[in-house]
Amino acid sequence: MLRDITIGQYYPTGSVMHRMDPRVKLFGTLVFLISVFVYRGIVGLAVVTLFLAGVIGISRVPFRYMIRGLRAILVLMLITALFNLFLTPGEVLFSFWKLKITEEGLICAVRMAIRLTYLILGTSLMTLTTTPNQLTDGLEKSLGPLRRLRVPVHEISMIMSIALRFIPILTEETDKIMKAQMARGASFDDGNIIKKAKSLIPLLVPLFISAFRRANDLAMAMEARCYHGGEGRTKMKPLRYQGIDRAAYTVLVLYLLLLIALRVLL
Amino acid sequence: MSIILDHVNYIYGQGSAYEAYALKDISLEIKDGQFIGIIGHTGSGKSTLIQHLNGLLRATSGSIYYNGEDIYDDGYDMRTLRSKVGLVFQYPEHQLFETTILADVCFGPMNQGLDKNAAELRAFEALHSAGIPEELFDQSPFDLSGGQKRRVAVAGVLAMKPEILILDEPTAGLDPKGRDEILDRLAKLHAEKHITVVLVSHSMEDVAKYVERIIVMNQGSVMYDDSPKNVFRYYRELEQVGLAAPQVTYLMHELREKGYAVSTDVTTVAEAKQEILQAMQIGLPKEL
Ligand SMILES: Nc1ncnc2c1ncn2[C@@H]1O[C@H](COP(=O)(O)OP(=O)(O)O)[C@@H](O)[C@H]1O
Ligand SMILES: [Mg+2]
Repeated sequence: MLRDITIGQYYPTGSVMHRMDPRVKLFGTLVFLISVFVYRGIVGLAVVTLFLAGVIGISRVPFRYMIRGLRAILVLMLITALFNLFLTPGEVLFSFWKLKITEEGLICAVRMAIRLTYLILGTSLMTLTTTPNQLTDGLEKSLGPLRRLRVPVHEISMIMSIALRFIPILTEETDKIMKAQMARGASFDDGNIIKKAKSLIPLLVPLFISAFRRANDLAMAMEARCYHGGEGRTKMKPLRYQGIDRAAYTVLVLYLLLLIALRVLL
Repeated sequence: MSIILDHVNYIYGQGSAYEAYALKDISLEIKDGQFIGIIGHTGSGKSTLIQHLNGLLRATSGSIYYNGEDIYDDGYDMRTLRSKVGLVFQYPEHQLFETTILADVCFGPMNQGLDKNAAELRAFEALHSAGIPEELFDQSPFDLSGGQKRRVAVAGVLAMKPEILILDEPTAGLDPKGRDEILDRLAKLHAEKHITVVLVSHSMEDVAKYVERIIVMNQGSVMYDDSPKNVFRYYRELEQVGLAAPQVTYLMHELREKGYAVSTDVTTVAEAKQEILQAMQIGLPKEL
């Protein structure tokens, strides 16, 4: 039941996108996010859309699967769209009762919906094509220079990768404990709110105990292998740029320049 | 009175990148009063199969009948089904949550709608059959030994008075003493209270001594479904799917090959001893 959330999930297809250096994808996501906010006009929108469609095509992640991730934020999108639609002052198109729809409101609502959709698609494409481990590796390397400012970059990325690693484990554990308690006649979805909250105790207590047990085991295992933080630590698979990564950087920079040029010129 | 599975299929994560075909066309009947072992290599679909028996997982296709009623019918009461078909998960001690052992075992009966007194009565009885001494009842379940915790968890399901008791690898991670204790308790329950027991395991050794019927699972399908004696005849085929017949089966086959007049159908050490003694009395083979 918790498996429907596609944001933050990895979807292996073995495409070029999947094999790219995570730093490129991080940079690419950043570029795309910026582009979603700087584009102007129908031509700009077309460029952004083409770019997104192209990248999704290259990743070979089924479009239907990506769309599923959008369902989670549908409510948020609707609310934003409604607010924009009714509360933007300007030329009135229709009005009924006390509500007015203005031309500016309509444009604003559509633009906002497109932006939100693209934002979600763009960021979920990154997590769909990059394993959590690669992602934190990429972050650690990209943020490396911050170490000079005494930011514990390695520790932060280690915490992140452990946390990410534990999400599926704990999801599975939750599922298992839930089923085990249901086999003992527990039900998690009826009664009023107080009853519902109380029915979570048989789920949460074992879940916390298991999370602590796992954390303890992990800490023990890390210490047994002499883990002592980032100082002097080397990687088994150090990140190295390949030809494809350089090509991707070039494309990204060109893409951004094109959009800025369009914005300035049009 | 029985559970019937009719062409049951199950696919995990249908429509996602991680689709896994876990059960393929399973048809079988679990009759009242049987003591059944379900055996299979890790990942063969044992746990998936038993979660269908009390409706925790819903078959992708196929039907399941409990006492003649289709459990997927609209309005079929799943909660009653779950109290009739008691399911003890793997590592059941991980589901303990109450402050005292007694309270934890009461959780099931209370969910069935019993009042506190009736539930405690059930809990007492269940803890006794699980072999937990009475002076521990008011202690925290988290202070017990591994084997005791597991028996408390089994009592938690027993207290619901199920007609069928299913246990998923109840001996996993226990020492030999804890393992024998739990299996002997189950055999006693089956003999005295006549409840149907389904024991899931990946060890033939565990199961051979107790069960009257073995269902061998392999890659989501039923490979054999027969008495232990008949299943162990396929000991070479079992090896190929990562299972092994009990050691006595190998011993008897080797003795037979050496020319001793022993039956190769024995499944337990005690039976093997009888056979060997008998063969010794008849005498050594001529050519030796
Ligand atoms: N929650 C799940 N999600 C996806 N696949 C699963 C899940 N649980 C089990 N599987 C897969 O289904 C198959 C059968 O698993 P399971 O029934 O647990 O086997 P067993 O209990 O015999 O070890 C395995 O291939 C396993 O990877
Ligand atoms: Mg299992």
